[in-house]
Amino acid sequence: MTFINYAAREINCKIVYYGPGLGGKTTNLQYIYNKTAPERKGKMISLATEADRTLFFDFLPLDLGTIRGFNTRFHLYTVPGQVFYDASRKLILKGVDGVVFVADSQPERMEANVESIRNLELNLRDHGFDLVTMPLALQFNKRDISGAVPSDEMYRMLNYKREPTFEAVATDGLGVFDTLKSVAKQVLVELRRK
Amino acid sequence: MSLARMEVYEQEFRNLEDSLRRLRLDANAKAVFLIDRNGQHIAAAGDTDQFDSTSLASLTAGNVAATDGLAKLIGEREFSVLFHEGQRDHIHISIVARRAILLVIFDERSSLGLVRLRVKRASTEMDRVFEQMDQKAEMGVQGEAEPSPFSEITDEDIDALFSE
Repeated sequence: MTFINYAAREINCKIVYYGPGLGGKTTNLQYIYNKTAPERKGKMISLATEADRTLFFDFLPLDLGTIRGFNTRFHLYTVPGQVFYDASRKLILKGVDGVVFVADSQPERMEANVESIRNLELNLRDHGFDLVTMPLALQFNKRDISGAVPSDEMYRMLNYKREPTFEAVATDGLGVFDTLKSVAKQVLVELRRK
Repeated sequence: MSLARMEVYEQEFRNLEDSLRRLRLDANAKAVFLIDRNGQHIAAAGDTDQFDSTSLASLTAGNVAATDGLAKLIGEREFSVLFHEGQRDHIHISIVARRAILLVIFDERSSLGLVRLRVKRASTEMDRVFEQMDQKAEMGVQGEAEPSPFSEITDEDIDALFSE
């Protein structure tokens, strides 16, 4: 849910990075955090297990600058990808404005990718949202691994509504900002439409 | 209140800030924050500079959301008050108008009883402000009677945000 404060002249939007476990959602946020100027970012919070797996969420506030005199802030969240954390995953989607789906390019993770998209669709529906109308960017992560499933094959399996799709190597930053920009633009266009 | 956005206009924002300032003084608290249930900071009063309000908002919303999940698991609608006791500072969290979270940070200069009492009164005040916000949203009226600045956002405006 976009929050517009006319008194403070601020727009706040919420983007959620979704996808199967160990797919690179947290790595996307860490790269964005590392490459963003200090005055444009807040503190990154990771609620993780001792083994560094996301337990509840990661959170990164970003300040994109002003648009029509309004300071534009994006709050980036990741969800825990592991299947059994579904209750927590659903909570994070509350009030979401846009979704980045981070898919894993490893052949053995294709089923997990498909399952996670289905899970996203259902969890959004529980919050009264429809993935058909939700701003969405699809990211094929880990393109650098040998044996990565070809992009066109992944697209056939995972594309939901011809959403913008990006190849990425989140550890090196490839495709990370392109994905973020795509979903952020869609959210702002949606703001104009409403 | 639309599902897609929450809008706070000048007058309501000032009213919320007034309520928070009064609450802070009456409860003898260090700081008070009003947070949207989705984790967005709305307004605050007191010694707010010593706290990272953005992180505070996000974690508080996560805390409330997780506790709501727990409540539903045992058949409760919600736990309307949460209290975290520290060695020096304590946190009192309550729900306002079903959509916002009131966070009070206090120390030994106050007490849980006093905070609870003052929060109750402030919540009633803020309920009324949220009702006004709903009425404005329903009527499509903006406090300053200015046209929505977002209907005129251009593709160039959006691209400019990402030009750096």
